[in-house]
Amino acid sequence: MRFYEFEAKALLGQAGVPVAKGGTATTSDEAARIAASVGGEVVLKSQVLSGGRMKAGGVKFAATPDEARAAAEHILKLEIGGQMPRCVLIDSKQPVKKEYYAGVIYDAVAKLPVAIFSDMGGIDIEEVAEKNPEHVARVHFSTFQPLQEFKFKELVASLGISGNELNQISRIIARLAKAFLTYGLTLAEINPLAQLEDGSFIALDSHCDMEEEAREQQSAVLDELGIGREETRLARPPTEFEIRGAEVDASDHRGVAGRVVEFDGNLGCVIGAGGGSLTIFDALRKHGGKPANYCEIGGNPSVKKTCELTKLILSKPGVEKICVIMNVVSNTRVDIVARGVIKGVIESGYDPAEKIAIFRIPGSWEEEGYKILEKFGVDYADRTVPMSEAARRAVEKVKA
Amino acid sequence: MSILVDENTTFIIQGITGREAVSMTRECLDYGAKVVAGVTPGRGGRDVHGVPVYDTVAEITAKQRVDASVLTVPPAAIRDAAFEAIENGVKLLVIVTERIPRLEVAQIVELANRYGARLIGPNCLGVMSPGKTRVGGMGGSAVAARKAYQPGPIGIMSRSGGMTTEIANALTASGLGQSTAVSIGGDAIVGSTYAELMPLFEADPETKAIVIYSEPGGPMEAQLAKYVKEQKSRLPVVAFMAGRFMDEMPGMRFGHAGTIVEGKADTTSEKIARMKDAGISVAEEIAEIPGIVKQRLAEAGSR
Repeated sequence: MRFYEFEAKALLGQAGVPVAKGGTATTSDEAARIAASVGGEVVLKSQVLSGGRMKAGGVKFAATPDEARAAAEHILKLEIGGQMPRCVLIDSKQPVKKEYYAGVIYDAVAKLPVAIFSDMGGIDIEEVAEKNPEHVARVHFSTFQPLQEFKFKELVASLGISGNELNQISRIIARLAKAFLTYGLTLAEINPLAQLEDGSFIALDSHCDMEEEAREQQSAVLDELGIGREETRLARPPTEFEIRGAEVDASDHRGVAGRVVEFDGNLGCVIGAGGGSLTIFDALRKHGGKPANYCEIGGNPSVKKTCELTKLILSKPGVEKICVIMNVVSNTRVDIVARGVIKGVIESGYDPAEKIAIFRIPGSWEEEGYKILEKFGVDYADRTVPMSEAARRAVEKVKA
Repeated sequence: MSILVDENTTFIIQGITGREAVSMTRECLDYGAKVVAGVTPGRGGRDVHGVPVYDTVAEITAKQRVDASVLTVPPAAIRDAAFEAIENGVKLLVIVTERIPRLEVAQIVELANRYGARLIGPNCLGVMSPGKTRVGGMGGSAVAARKAYQPGPIGIMSRSGGMTTEIANALTASGLGQSTAVSIGGDAIVGSTYAELMPLFEADPETKAIVIYSEPGGPMEAQLAKYVKEQKSRLPVVAFMAGRFMDEMPGMRFGHAGTIVEGKADTTSEKIARMKDAGISVAEEIAEIPGIVKQRLAEAGSR
């Protein structure tokens, strides 16, 4: 989950990272008031989750509150990368002498957090790492607090930085690292970390990501920032169909019938599990199929949950048939999925034999499952039929 | 032979009284696995299918040898349960629990490293050495597990628990058994990556080839490609890459937590290119895997 810049600024500010004076506004009048209270020249930045806002005209400078009002008026109406801004951030403009980069991410090979520092800030760090690797330094650090702050001093010093700068920058990186660990972040980045004319340092732009898995533990912080549980913060906002899918998944704690993603196609998918769904979705597309949705069932979902998911998928306009495909299952029971899907089809007013293009779930309780499918005349395939072949048959049936 | 676990491996199940753990206990016992005890704090003194339940790991390790622990406890309790196993000298942890924050996984790995313990998972279904033992629920009931897994020369490593069994099933159906199948877990950080398990397979004379199941996200495939290239591994590796459609949909979440694409190197096309460059065969479909493995084995045999 990506944070908006103003949220990242608040998080890092709380952790003691120096940030610019300012505030957010959703109307141009409010923006003018904030500009007046900040005083002097300000920068107004569109608050969108996509990159490239500078290029798109989402960042403007203003010398007076009236100019700030006009700039905010423009920014608040400007769509960037398909997104309307959440609000506009108004920060006091800083006299910058030099720009640095500081970031913290996980290194999945070392399985430790790694702090990255560069004396070439303000541009994409991956680009710097590629073209000027000697300007990028890294250090791994322990996930256990208290932090070993000397590591950040070594990090900064390794790029030849000494004196007052060394102490100031390494202190900021230590605070960034602390925020990373404290808030369960997977990315904490300051770019640029600016040195001002007076020698002091300030974070001029920051990015923070939090993973889904940490949201529960961090609910107090998220509440404080006003981020609701329904905000997925993915590349696009969830559709009505996806929200209803999440409700089905949350309705019952047994197993998973979730991560429903809507597509435009005509073939409904009741597929699983985590890896199986990816494999099946690839196979459906490879055989020319047009999936109406992505989903993942697994962990032995209840009959009710599978039934409700089936009904949701069948209620989607344009869905002609559904395919029910999983990898060989271990803990999910074939008979329970079969009962749930058939119940869902019947309760939607259709004939399972006609509506289910194919059922291919081998594994636990398969004999019981196949008996139920036979009773309702559903075309099913056992473990001798590869997943891709089952996908091909489903696609053929929808085309026919 | 096999890697990580065999017929002599004694293990405990932490969280043994949970719904899924109770059936997993049955499945492991039916397969002949040595489940010596279980732990659920506050439930000490009971038993699950005849396996005694204790309040703490220390009570068990004080009395007997414990080679491994399968952890299937709720996410809120997993870190402490893992610490408990590590501090009590258990050297192999298999974490089944999913939805563990990355920070906690990193902390568990860090402590495990200090104690010389190995972690498999999290978000995995366990380890199976066909015909010998299974540590975890992979393959379902003992009957179902015997249908999918048979002893033989192929090592499997998979980021998906379910696909581990799918692949084993395809190999078994074409007469290729498995030495050990490892569900390495679907999270962004896992205790043991492909490249970290490769030396174990190299050292196992029974293993003649490796099959991996991989996904978008993370550096694990690049790390394996580097290993295969630099170490000149004796084992041919055949990979299957799922989630190719995700390359067109950055920023959307599908599959396991670890599939999140954070940079260009995380895409399937990039990973496939790197693996092919290292001499790893990449199958287009699961059904192609046995044929490619046989071909690679024949090539290796004629060298």
